[in-house]
Amino acid sequence: MSVRETYSALGLSEAEYGRIVELLGREPNYLELSLFSVMWSEHCGYKNSRPLLRRFPNEGERVLQGPGENAGVVEVGDGWALAFKMESHNHPSAVEPYEGAATGVGGIIRDVLAMGARPVALLDSLRFGPLEGSPDAGRNRYLFREVVRGIGGYGNAVGVPTVGGEVEFAEAYSGNPLVNAMCVGLIRVEDLTRSAASGEGNLVVLLGSKTGRDGIHGATFASDELSEESESKRSNVQVGDPFAEKMAIECCLELLEKGLLVSLQDLGAAGITSSASEMAAKGGVGIEIDTGLVPRREGGMEAWEVMISESQERMLAVVEPEKAGEVLRLAGCYGIGGTVIGRVAGHGDLRVFHDGEQVGTVPAEHLADAPVYEREVVRPAYLDEIPDLDPGVLPEPEDYNEVLLKMLAHPNLCSRRSIYRQYDHEVGTNTVVAPGADAAVMRIKGTRRGFAVTTDGRGRHCYLDPRGGGAATVAEAYRNLSCVGAEPVAATDCLNFGSPEKREGYYQLAGCIEGMSEACEVFGTPVVSGNVSLYNETDRGAIYPTPTVGMVGVLEDVGRHATPAFKREGDVVVVIGSGSRVSLAGSDYAQIIHGQVAGRPPRPNLQAEKRTADLVREMVRSGLVDTAHDISGGGEIVAVAEMALAGGIGIEYTEGELERMTAGQGGGRADVALIGEESGTFIVAVPEERWDDLQEALVGFAYDQIGETGGDRLKIGDLVDVSLEELREVYERDLFE
Amino acid sequence: MGGGRVRIGVTVFPGSNCDRDALHAVERLGAVPVELWHADPDLKGVDAVIVPGGFSYGDYLRPGAIARFAKVMAPLEDFAFSGGPVLGVCNGFQVLTEAHLLPGALLRNISMRFVCDRVRVRVEATDTPWTAGCEAGEELALPVAHNEGNYFADPATLAELEDEGRVVLRYLENPNGSANDIAGVCNEGRNVVGIMPHPERVSDPALGSDEGLKILGSVLLGAGV
Repeated sequence: MSVRETYSALGLSEAEYGRIVELLGREPNYLELSLFSVMWSEHCGYKNSRPLLRRFPNEGERVLQGPGENAGVVEVGDGWALAFKMESHNHPSAVEPYEGAATGVGGIIRDVLAMGARPVALLDSLRFGPLEGSPDAGRNRYLFREVVRGIGGYGNAVGVPTVGGEVEFAEAYSGNPLVNAMCVGLIRVEDLTRSAASGEGNLVVLLGSKTGRDGIHGATFASDELSEESESKRSNVQVGDPFAEKMAIECCLELLEKGLLVSLQDLGAAGITSSASEMAAKGGVGIEIDTGLVPRREGGMEAWEVMISESQERMLAVVEPEKAGEVLRLAGCYGIGGTVIGRVAGHGDLRVFHDGEQVGTVPAEHLADAPVYEREVVRPAYLDEIPDLDPGVLPEPEDYNEVLLKMLAHPNLCSRRSIYRQYDHEVGTNTVVAPGADAAVMRIKGTRRGFAVTTDGRGRHCYLDPRGGGAATVAEAYRNLSCVGAEPVAATDCLNFGSPEKREGYYQLAGCIEGMSEACEVFGTPVVSGNVSLYNETDRGAIYPTPTVGMVGVLEDVGRHATPAFKREGDVVVVIGSGSRVSLAGSDYAQIIHGQVAGRPPRPNLQAEKRTADLVREMVRSGLVDTAHDISGGGEIVAVAEMALAGGIGIEYTEGELERMTAGQGGGRADVALIGEESGTFIVAVPEERWDDLQEALVGFAYDQIGETGGDRLKIGDLVDVSLEELREVYERDLFE
Repeated sequence: MGGGRVRIGVTVFPGSNCDRDALHAVERLGAVPVELWHADPDLKGVDAVIVPGGFSYGDYLRPGAIARFAKVMAPLEDFAFSGGPVLGVCNGFQVLTEAHLLPGALLRNISMRFVCDRVRVRVEATDTPWTAGCEAGEELALPVAHNEGNYFADPATLAELEDEGRVVLRYLENPNGSANDIAGVCNEGRNVVGIMPHPERVSDPALGSDEGLKILGSVLLGAGV
């Protein structure tokens, strides 16, 4: 193989190879080239996205750790902090869905563990092609079923509850599903651990499973488009062992508690290479690794294979020599491997030895310093070709009952129960609000406090308007946390996009980041961690640009929270708006009922939206409101139906309300008024005797009393009259049948 | 049991993951939680033992199949044979059947899916140390979370269990295909009980229910507290 063929096969460009030669002052050998290949991949090096990522705000009062570590960390009070991050495992899941999803969960748990935190909650944002009516429906169903099984298979066994997430189906994801896993960990502020190596002569200890040939070049694989050949890269996908992970978690937490570790880092993409070079670069020191010391699963592994293997359930720790004996003894107690494989050195190099003989040496800072590609942001033509959506051209439905039933039966709007029923969402006995609400609410044992967490994504919206969609994604997360009564404090994200080398992909990435950043600034929710997944393309094109946002919020009193379920008969039901325009552009209704993905949804008014969300949260916090929900996909009618179904209590709209809505926000159309979508709008319900208090709290806000809870039907004027039983039958469908 | 507080042990196998939840629930009962490490053949003088849920040894081979050989199991078996109250929850139930302290076996759910849900069960027997605090026929809403909860026993064993009133809990909505809707059984001596539902998960009003304390707290009645 020529030099050129070698670096090309490793995913490096000619210019990148030239730069490596320049940095080293010589030609690299194969091992050294492999190190650069994985560390300079988009997945590890962010070479296309770094200039854009700088846009994100990442500072705030509660931020203890921003981007750059294994996970972001925010303070929640009473000495507690939350470590959290979201990461994609899209490419592995496309070719080997069970293991791809399982190891995605395993990887994100280790990121949180590396901060010293006990993982306490998992969430997943998923995207697949349609389950029916698509040429790929069969494959999509297989991917969906196996991804869900993989998430459950890993999360359930490892004992971390899966408390939330979201899923959507659209043709743009056929062949390129998205699997984004988020983990939240709990830690005492003073116990926060970091990954920088320090102390010349300290030992480098590999903890956990043995190293095999699985996941060789996984990071490079993840940074390329998917093609027919991807199937042959199945061996690039790692295999998970949640049992080994569970033991690694318990072992590492005990090692940290006993103060036995200087620093800790998980082994993820690019294996030992990435962990060791990051630990060295952050500490401004060198690390020497002897691959001959690394316990291997199979014979005959080359040094470079050991260095970049992505075998799962491994952690790398720096340990003072006198504490190494105790570290290895404890690892033995937990039945996991513990081996000294190297040491911290005074030079700044990552030096690789094999049975004592040096086989490669590279300055760690060069590995951590991938080239940066700044591209021109050019508006792609498709955005100007998207037709406007004039409600006038869409026929108004004749039978609204039928429309509602069809909407609620759609995989994008129906109950997610058949999914989360396969996830243990209660292990740990901290889950206060289980999946199915706007956000999960978790308690922090020993305190009155709790936290809430949600993940959100709006791919179709981002496709139609990257900047508006990016802002709307963050706004949705902010609303969801506010609905349960939590104060949003910070966010993490997964940026799932197509190729940045194409105009569309780069523009979408830049636009979404701009919109997300604007929203994060207004909301005061800095981005403290995240991950980028580019090249989500198949031969049929790119996915919808889909940034997913994971946001955490704090509840000072976890007992004061709200859920969407109607709780009593006779409650006054009120819609609280922030003045946004109701529109069919990009709505679920336009897509599901009329087959249209068109128009530009109105951009959220972030200031007004924040003001309204903050009001709703305050009403929950004060105990005035225990029933709240935001209006999202499917508009007001779907939101109301969800609240009725969750509580098993019906609702009847006030006489004249439908006519008023139709004439007002509907512009003469009942479908626009009822099923159109808007931003920053909430529905709350209070008992009759609290109605005066609610009105007082609402002074200065736009609101509308729409009806009263009761009975077992959903009744809106003379347009909608359907029993909850009928609604439940379509809504509670089993998505796997 | 002396004048002190009741001590309830919770076994911890590699891969147990409801051990901390069970210890927390024991604490809420006002009893003393005692961790029983799998490699330690010592029950530390506890008055009762809970074998908690989780995936002991990764559920590799079969759920519970490896855990039954753990060192802590020998004294636990002696304790059980001498009439000590033992409760197996979920994976713990699986361990106790593998150890032949309870009859039958837990097969994969008939749906072939993991199921995490809240199900209604009826208390069928109150003459066990783990249900003495319940009313006969009382209905409880308890969480389940398992992949292998489908109770199986041969017809003769099932008949024996029914005749001797050894079905302790019965599902009112069967989530896994269990024979005779069985959610929990006891041994002949009635001191060893295995149940698939997780009482420790509903032992705190802050999480919406503490119905599980009726089961866990029953053992305190027998202990004369």
